[in-house]
Amino acid sequence: MVAISSQRKWATGYLIAAVALFITYQFLFPWDGLPMGIYDTLQLWLPPMAVNEALVYVICALGLNIVVGYAGLLDLGYVAFWAIGGYCAGWFMSEFFYMINIHFYGSVAKAAPGIHINFWVVLLIGGLVCAFFGVLIGAPTLRLKSDYLAIVTLGFGEIIPQIFYNGDDIGGFNLSNGTKGITILDPIPAGIKNVGPFDFGYKFIVFVFLAFVMIFISLRLRKGRLGRAWLAIREDELAASMMGVPLMQTKLAAYAVGAFAGGLGGVAFATHVDGVYAERFNFTISIFLLAMVVLGGMGNVWGVILGALLLSWMNSTGLPAFGQTFNTRFETEINFPSFTFLLFGLVLILMMLYKREGLIPESRLRLILHEGDREEDLSPKESK
Amino acid sequence: MGKLKATVEAKKFTGTRGQVRRKRIETSGALIIAALMILWLGVNLIKSPTQFAQVTVLGLRNGLLYALIALGYTLVYGIIELINFAHGDLFMLGALFSSYFITIWFHQENSNLAGWLTFVAALFAAMLFCGTINVLIERLAYRKLRRAPKLAPLITAVGMSFLLQFVGIKWNGSTPRQWPTVIPHGEYVWFGVIISHVTIILILVAAPLLGSLTFVVNKTKRGKAMRATAQDQDAARLMGIDVNKTISFTFALGGALAGAAGLLYQQAIGTTNYNLGFQLGLIAFTSAVLGGIGSLNGAVLGALLIGIIQGLNDGLPIALGQKWSQTVVFTILILILVLKPAGLLGKATTEKV
Repeated sequence: MVAISSQRKWATGYLIAAVALFITYQFLFPWDGLPMGIYDTLQLWLPPMAVNEALVYVICALGLNIVVGYAGLLDLGYVAFWAIGGYCAGWFMSEFFYMINIHFYGSVAKAAPGIHINFWVVLLIGGLVCAFFGVLIGAPTLRLKSDYLAIVTLGFGEIIPQIFYNGDDIGGFNLSNGTKGITILDPIPAGIKNVGPFDFGYKFIVFVFLAFVMIFISLRLRKGRLGRAWLAIREDELAASMMGVPLMQTKLAAYAVGAFAGGLGGVAFATHVDGVYAERFNFTISIFLLAMVVLGGMGNVWGVILGALLLSWMNSTGLPAFGQTFNTRFETEINFPSFTFLLFGLVLILMMLYKREGLIPESRLRLILHEGDREEDLSPKESK
Repeated sequence: MGKLKATVEAKKFTGTRGQVRRKRIETSGALIIAALMILWLGVNLIKSPTQFAQVTVLGLRNGLLYALIALGYTLVYGIIELINFAHGDLFMLGALFSSYFITIWFHQENSNLAGWLTFVAALFAAMLFCGTINVLIERLAYRKLRRAPKLAPLITAVGMSFLLQFVGIKWNGSTPRQWPTVIPHGEYVWFGVIISHVTIILILVAAPLLGSLTFVVNKTKRGKAMRATAQDQDAARLMGIDVNKTISFTFALGGALAGAAGLLYQQAIGTTNYNLGFQLGLIAFTSAVLGGIGSLNGAVLGALLIGIIQGLNDGLPIALGQKWSQTVVFTILILILVLKPAGLLGKATTEKV
């Protein structure tokens, strides 16, 4: 009973926060009576675009959390799934394949050329395609040692974007439109209204819903049989396999679920920026997501959400806004957005050195991550 | 005696049915890939032999550079089992340092005596610079995490790579920069194959470095300490080896090689960029894995092979071309890790319990 009431509690809190933000941006923001000062501050420090982007990062970070936080497998190529999901949206929700004409509950007129599949179906397709690729890359490599696995995922994360980058001519076939990318996606059909690229408020609801689904999935999986198997593997692979946890199956499941979330995030991101551009999918994104998971607390859903919101905000708004304020105040010309590398690098290093369990630690993980320290305390001090 | 017998019996055991099947898949996979490679090479060789030789020379030249970087990965992995992601970026800093040293601090732009002297001075300075940074990185970040779960140092290394890239952005600017070089332009032509001065200088600098590294690791007392520490840290400590110092020394060696590679790259190619280390670092890492990570000869062999494969892919008439270069290298990486994780010359490792 306790579990249910605590679940209801987070859902209520989440709903209240979402509604408050929605009202702020949908009704208060365009309202003429809003004092200019408040409007400018909001526009500078928390524009609706940044809120939506942060939610997309939350979706992806929660997916990566399942792989890294729950199952303890380091994935450095998560951007590959993001890219695949994004291109699923690009292929199935635009006029890119203009030579054919396929409609499936799409949100545009029937006469429009190209493939127009309903956004919600594309979400599923993107997720499933990514899950398929997750299993494909995972099946032969998951038996490797953890650091080798990280490298394989890194290589995968480099190959997939390059395929899209060079994809305007694969044996004469235009797969991805190369560097030009695929632009103008169909609006999202959301019941009463078709949500276009500039309906930030309604798109916010869509993303809030997706993030909600991911939170729900993460929390439920964590409690279930699969989640416990993941934690067992993370804590001690050998012991887990001795206890009868099927290693390969369990790891593959983590990969598939994580990749599925990456696909959702990819589709969501494509609709967020209204297009897919190959050069956007680079290694930095994988590391951003990793830093979010690490900062918040590997394995803890709330920690990861906090980390994703915080770092995504810093990246998209915080640093530029702070830089703008700082530069006008002190009449300097410091390029603050270029400090993102410093920020993310320091987050990773300092968290690992001093607070390995993250801002909101998961109680089990804290014990494991500091197992080594105890051992070291017992060993005699080395001569300097 | 009993123990010896057990090992003999263990050798006879060929594995479960699954393992046998896996082995068969691996062997046939490797054979198919090798056959395809030979076919591809053969067709190209017949079509244009001179060009083939030319791109091989170019590939070998790049391979030597990769070898210098790959050794840093393999040394560090060999001793503390850490993939030092920051190593590629250290190489980038080495390249930046050399360009500043030669062009901005000592104003050398032409190949004359002063230019050559600066080149030699820059070589030692860059080696010292990168060695010091690498030791500092180990001291400040990795040492504390030596006994932590593997995920922790790996993530730290990724963070460190970002930190060094930040230094690179601030130092170099966010766009590529062009530098003058002190290596003379010009080339020798030998049976229609162009061998530029750059290639010769590269060989002249890199080969002695590789040789002396082998000497240090295999013949000196320090090298022996390194090998002992790599085998078993606790046992090495019991034998009176200062493990911390040995690990620092290893990082210094790897860093010095990266510094030398940085100088050579900067002088050979003439362009620097802040994200240079990421790409080359990954290629070098692939080489280390191909050769068998932890094995010095393997790293050099793997680097030369990767260099040649990349050269052939980029330059041959029937090939995927330069824009797929990265994809080819990473596909090799994934195939190696899947089919033969121990690499060409490495020893298969089992999980330590």
